[in-house]
Amino acid sequence: MTFSPQLESRFETLLKSYPPGRERSALVPMLLYAQDEVGSITDELIEEIAGRVGLTPSQVNEVVSYYSMLRRKPLGKYHVQICTNISCLLNDGDKLWEHACEKLGIGNKEVTADGRISLEEVECMGACSWAPAVQVNYDFQHFVTPEKLDELLESLRKKA
Amino acid sequence: MLYNEPSPLETKVLSRRFGLPDSASLATYLATEGYQAFLKAAGMKPERIIEEVKVSNLRGRGGAGFPTGMKWSFVPRNSPKPKYIVVNGDESEPGTCKDRVLIENDPHQLIEGVLIAGLAVDAHAGYIYIRGEYRYLIEIVEKAITEAYAGGWLGKNIQGTGFDFDLYAHTGAGAYECGEESALLESLEGKRGIPRIRPPFPAVAGAFQCPTVLNNVETFCAVPAIIRDGGAAFAALGIPRAGGTKMTCLTGNVNKPGVYELRLGFPVMRMIEEVGGGIPRGRKLKALIPGGSSCPALTAAECEGATMDYDSMAARKTMLGSGGVIIMDDQTCMVKAAMRIMRFYAHESCGWCIPCREGTTWLRKILVRFHEGGGTRDDIDLIGDIAKNMLGRTFCPLGDAAAMPTISIVEKFRQEFEDHLDGKPCPFEHADHKWDKPPSLSPGWDKPSGLSPDDSSGARILNG
Repeated sequence: MTFSPQLESRFETLLKSYPPGRERSALVPMLLYAQDEVGSITDELIEEIAGRVGLTPSQVNEVVSYYSMLRRKPLGKYHVQICTNISCLLNDGDKLWEHACEKLGIGNKEVTADGRISLEEVECMGACSWAPAVQVNYDFQHFVTPEKLDELLESLRKKA
Repeated sequence: MLYNEPSPLETKVLSRRFGLPDSASLATYLATEGYQAFLKAAGMKPERIIEEVKVSNLRGRGGAGFPTGMKWSFVPRNSPKPKYIVVNGDESEPGTCKDRVLIENDPHQLIEGVLIAGLAVDAHAGYIYIRGEYRYLIEIVEKAITEAYAGGWLGKNIQGTGFDFDLYAHTGAGAYECGEESALLESLEGKRGIPRIRPPFPAVAGAFQCPTVLNNVETFCAVPAIIRDGGAAFAALGIPRAGGTKMTCLTGNVNKPGVYELRLGFPVMRMIEEVGGGIPRGRKLKALIPGGSSCPALTAAECEGATMDYDSMAARKTMLGSGGVIIMDDQTCMVKAAMRIMRFYAHESCGWCIPCREGTTWLRKILVRFHEGGGTRDDIDLIGDIAKNMLGRTFCPLGDAAAMPTISIVEKFRQEFEDHLDGKPCPFEHADHKWDKPPSLSPGWDKPSGLSPDDSSGARILNG
């Protein structure tokens, strides 16, 4: 399996960041950065990373299944995550979530037919004072209203 | 960048550089007394550094409130093993968004705090663990670390002091549980974030089974000011037994939500009214959770006379916690609030301890059904009973974190549960919302399973 030179250099730095014999420590960061490039945690990827940190694929799989950001299936190019946890809920985050589902015609962890946008109802993202909050891939959007969300979704449809 | 206007009522110690041009840069940091505390600490005996932190009355800012100086003093000085400093930047307690602001606006303050901790316990390497969702903060921290190495503030023989220190950023990948210190260490070692059995505590066997100082981002960020201005000066900012300031996140139903640095002991009602600008749409306060969703809720009456500090909150049987204040107005459905909080803990329970794994799952099911109108009178006591049976029966505090707010809400807002009985719709569902849209069941949530009120008692489900 081949990765971009940037990812390879990141892997190299990560593997040197922990005490000797503790390469396994790089596992979670390596998986997340690799997922950013590959799109999801594929069997091939698990095997590759397992080899690099000295684990078996099943040991890696055990870790993958624990972390909510690591996913075995690809999502949309733009993954729209809407928080409905308590501080967002008090600012109608649940209504925003319903609005997004209606607008896109998809549900939780589903992808639009063109594969561009996926939706996820997420737990607290640490944007509680600027609720309701939305994250598109890694970008935060604060104080989101249904109108702002419509504009955002429209811009994602047009975006390269 | 800052996401909210500062308040004139703030006491800016940790946030003193917020708003300066390029506040995250090494140049700005150095121009504003940056790294001076490290140089001062490098000339002090390690015991003296720890003593100064003890004098400051600094207590852990992540939620537990353990005295920081004491925690550092537990690290065995003569251990032949390497020692580590680990920063808990897994901020994921609902209602909390302060570490994010500290790292984003002043990453070098955090690095300096870590270096001083390194001097205090003779550690020469550290890790800043940041939750996966905060990817942009990883970039900010990595940039600051690179700058610090280039400027001679990290690496070998830092500024000619003879002290070596290497620092690394480490991303998580989505798990609330990893905010618990021993689960964080497991995660740092590339494993599932499952809590460790203690003792031994991290001070003795932490990262890589070596002695480790593990503190919250805000705790480390307070250390440079303590060394620079003296522990006594920091202590004097707060109240006895709780020194300094607290980064406080105002969230929920409040006119000016935001992160504010307030002196410990700041009056709760003044915080809502004057810092937060009061409650929107002329509504009244119904309930307040002082420090993230795992703290028991206070009624409006209990908030009168309360102050934002460990003892005042303990006297009201709740906690200062992480400083994530959740303000709920008179149109908030407390059953729904309890249900949403429980959904979170059920989602995040790592599954290691049965009382937590099963307790959160069953409470979620019962609370969802209850809020949808399928509750029975017996459920009300059942909810409290299940929650009480989780308390103190798990390896880590997640079980308690789920149980405590639930118990408080059932006890203090029992009438609201009664008002949902007999298939009655939620009395608050038709309160006007910000965007005035008719409510409906949210997809992806647990839907009522078509049980009639008769056969839907939690006890039957538990037995069946």
